[in-house]
Amino acid sequence: MAQNDPNLEKISPDMFKVVGGRFNETEQLSQKQVSFWKEVFYRFSQNKLALIGLVILFIIMGMAIVVPFVSQYSYDQNVGLYNTAPSAAHWFGTDDLARDMFVRVWEGARISLFIGLTAAAIDLVIGVLWGCIAGLSGGRVDNIMMRIADVLTAVPYLLVVIILLVVMEQGLIPLIIALSITGWVGMARIVRSEVLSIKNQEYVLASRTLGANKWHLIKRHLIPNAMGAIIVTMTLTIPSAIFTESFLSYLGLGVQAPMASWGTMASEGFKALTSAPWRLIFPAVFISLTIFAFNAVGDGLRDALDPKLRK
Amino acid sequence: MLGYIFKRLVYIIIAMYLIISATFFLMQLAPGSPFASERELPAAIEEQLNAKYGLDNPWYVQYKDYLVSTMTFDFGESMKYKGRSTNDIIAESFPISVALGLQAMILAIGLGVLLGIISALYHNKLPDYVSTVIAILGISVPSFILAGLLQYYLSFKAGWFPVSGWKGFTYTILPSLAIALGHAGSIAKLTRSSMLEQSNSDYVKLARAKGLGKWTTVFKHTLRNALLPVVTYLGPLLAGVITGSFVIEQIFAIPGLGRHFVTSITNRDYTVIMGTTVFFAIILLFAVLIVDILYSVIDPRIKLKGAKK
Repeated sequence: MAQNDPNLEKISPDMFKVVGGRFNETEQLSQKQVSFWKEVFYRFSQNKLALIGLVILFIIMGMAIVVPFVSQYSYDQNVGLYNTAPSAAHWFGTDDLARDMFVRVWEGARISLFIGLTAAAIDLVIGVLWGCIAGLSGGRVDNIMMRIADVLTAVPYLLVVIILLVVMEQGLIPLIIALSITGWVGMARIVRSEVLSIKNQEYVLASRTLGANKWHLIKRHLIPNAMGAIIVTMTLTIPSAIFTESFLSYLGLGVQAPMASWGTMASEGFKALTSAPWRLIFPAVFISLTIFAFNAVGDGLRDALDPKLRK
Repeated sequence: MLGYIFKRLVYIIIAMYLIISATFFLMQLAPGSPFASERELPAAIEEQLNAKYGLDNPWYVQYKDYLVSTMTFDFGESMKYKGRSTNDIIAESFPISVALGLQAMILAIGLGVLLGIISALYHNKLPDYVSTVIAILGISVPSFILAGLLQYYLSFKAGWFPVSGWKGFTYTILPSLAIALGHAGSIAKLTRSSMLEQSNSDYVKLARAKGLGKWTTVFKHTLRNALLPVVTYLGPLLAGVITGSFVIEQIFAIPGLGRHFVTSITNRDYTVIMGTTVFFAIILLFAVLIVDILYSVIDPRIKLKGAKK
């Protein structure tokens, strides 16, 4: 059919000629190169849920820092009103010891966030070191280190935490130790698998050839390149630590009075559910919001860092 | 496969040994004694009690006795409730926990998969948003708060369900819902993303092209492959259901093993604590192993490490 097209006959090769071009510039890239982290940031900012999570986190952290300083009440002060409903003077009401719930909620935020962040930080340090050393050394060292990790993963997490807390004096530091005693294993595994894939790259080989020692490799090449996976794991560790802490507080193994985390406040409020529901509702809402926000940010970061999803 | 199972069994045994030893030494260090109560016991009686439970032996003898008795699943008599052996307590309360746990697991899987399917089928439409919000709520709200709210609003205020106890089917609904909802959220998330992945594959397009209905395609084709990631969640789900029961059984006053575990902790009832911990550990370790083996059976693409080619 096309052969019979009359227009086709009019087209001949000599109708085509080079009209000029910028041949000397073809070596340059067509688009401005965007750095990896800029791209990640861009993709993250396209994710609405993650942005909402980030905003919630900023608000909660801001309030946790500011409120206990500026409030006219302190978290263990008796304001003379027992179990009153939320009002203009006491925004979140008062509890059975006549303490202002608004201050207590934000004081509790400090403690809950502190527990979550510290547990995640300990996981980070141990996990990254363990994973890096195992991954870099390879061979027998790797084998032994990862078998230890295997056994620790097999140990049920919550059972260990509970048993440890039963034995140790209760308080903030035992709680954090118990939370991170087997918690770092997950981080170590992730870092190790990242290290295994990075260590055979040419730039690492080059650095080695130039005489770089292990610490230099870890600092300059391994950690920066495994950063994405590390950050995601961390953001997802924090909510699970806060979650576990609130669970333990309910069992009476959490932070001790007069200090209170959201978990202890919720479990106290629990007992007064019929008479003073606000005592459960406010801490419960903030625990849930925080867990949601960290999860949303973590998921958003994971999607943003995943090269498979890059467009 | 056999090599893999053997390797895992070795880990389980090491982990068990660690747990058993750790519980023993931690209990040795623990402050407070099971015989300490408001009324001080005469020294002679306390001595006799210590002798009865072997607490007057040096630690290595106690340790050896403890290892031997654990090996034979003899956890001894409760220190708080005279005449009740730990085995009796486990035998009595474990079936209740199993019933609750199974119901919660079925509920979590059913609800989660359903929410996930709805999300994936109506991707970025209203039903997707509704089920995603339910999933997020389930994940974000701690189970004990959820349990409290359910108990207060549905039983106490509305009177639809009994408030607490364990006397029949209606008593089981709220506790299992409270345990299940968080896990249902995670399962829904997993199902949604793997359904979406599968729905772009050729075989699903073919099924749709040959005129199968939306739901027929889902149940006959997509779901089979989409559920594989959900199977990996079974291990954590089981662990979560067991540990979740600690709090839920307390709230709803269910005489299950979780509640006994928590009570024994507050009572410092060492024999019961050690017995239940070891028991829970065994259940958890083997359950996770079984789930892993199941996973490889279901998905032929997965070759377990150490398996023969």
